Amino acid sequence: MANAEVVLLDFWPSPFGMRVRIALAEKGIKYEYKEEDLQNKSALLLQMNPVHKKIPVLIHNGKPVAESLIAVQYIDEAWKDKAPLLPSDPYLRAQAKFWADFVDKKIYALGRKIWATKGEEQEAAKKEFIESLKLMEGKLGEKPYFGGESFGYVDVVLVPFYSWFYAYEVFGNFSIEAECPKLIQWAKRCSEKESVLKSLPDHKKVHGFVLELKKRLGIE
Amino acid sequence: MAEELKLLGAWASPFSLRIELALKLKGIKYQYIEEDLSNKSPLLLKSNPVHKKIPVLIHNGKPIAESLVILEYIDETWKNNPLLPENPYDRAIARFWAKFVDEKILQIAVKFRLAKEKEKEQIIQELGEQLQFLEKELEGKEFFGGESIGYVDVVAYFIVNWLQVQQEVRQIVFISEEKFPVLCKWMGKLHEIDVVNGCLPPKDKHYAYMRAQIEAAKSAIK
Repeated sequence: MANAEVVLLDFWPSPFGMRVRIALAEKGIKYEYKEEDLQNKSALLLQMNPVHKKIPVLIHNGKPVAESLIAVQYIDEAWKDKAPLLPSDPYLRAQAKFWADFVDKKIYALGRKIWATKGEEQEAAKKEFIESLKLMEGKLGEKPYFGGESFGYVDVVLVPFYSWFYAYEVFGNFSIEAECPKLIQWAKRCSEKESVLKSLPDHKKVHGFVLELKKRLGIE
Repeated sequence: MAEELKLLGAWASPFSLRIELALKLKGIKYQYIEEDLSNKSPLLLKSNPVHKKIPVLIHNGKPIAESLVILEYIDETWKNNPLLPENPYDRAIARFWAKFVDEKILQIAVKFRLAKEKEKEQIIQELGEQLQFLEKELEGKEFFGGESIGYVDVVAYFIVNWLQVQQEVRQIVFISEEKFPVLCKWMGKLHEIDVVNGCLPPKDKHYAYMRAQIEAAKSAIK
């Protein structure tokens, strides 16, 4: 498929946006990045995602694709001749989609509780968060990537949260590396890839963002 | 090779029923195993250790969990009567609406069950707003899949049916013909298709089950 106009509506600290950035970079797709102010959403965003009004939204030849996992799958299918993210075997594809869904159900929501809550609620979130990461660590096993020998769909889906780990650790007062060393090794390995390097913000910047967000939301 | 296909399901679950419909639409033979969710089988726990939920499809001993993941697996493995379109953009749109149905429609409806009386009015309104998006998406089409039943139809049918049954049992309007003529007509059409309505749980059993759920929720709220 010809690389016609590709636009990404995004917000720099969003792990969901990072997924799409990584996928586009993996495929070598040139695109226009548009930073959204989520306190003042653009007319374009509201027009392109009227249902959820959220980023990321990938716009290809004027046609919008919302929801990060759907956008990543779309990128994989529309530019299928380069760097396939999903395997070709249906069973392995199903496994990859299952784990992507698991990341969505657990990691983001639990991570948010870690920085947004205190006391028992925070402790419970930390515990479940680590359990979820350990489960994924087990799934990774001795492979370099979740995709096996090469970087794939689940790697794209999970690695953005690595840029948030520092913030989680500071606010949650715990060490993720101490609990999940193999997962951190994996994350560092992914970060050596240019597509990931270009797409993830500096973790101290993310921490600063969360500090400001907490202030704005009135969370101590 | 002898194909072995098992589906671990629950008779009233829209997530389980959508798998059955997909398999039936493709004419695939499978063994259905009813799970007692209050007493989960060792097979279920072994096949879906992460979530311990139904449905789980077990194909030649290999388990697949999460209903939307299962649907795509079925579509990729048995290519007749395709559920998802071929074009990548159309596929993205279908996936978007399936996710929307599960996240917005069903979740709001579940909120209703657990809501206090004073919150109910607002939840019905919220549900109506979300249903409007679905109504608009279907406008001008026979089915969400276009001229034939597709992925979104299979996903949405049992969710909307659940709403319709809730309506009758509770005597509250969630999805009126007046406000949602397109969706109601679509449901009417699907109700007429044997392979589709054949997947629905027996009416009396379903109504009794819903009533029991409502009562249980009431006592939980008190």
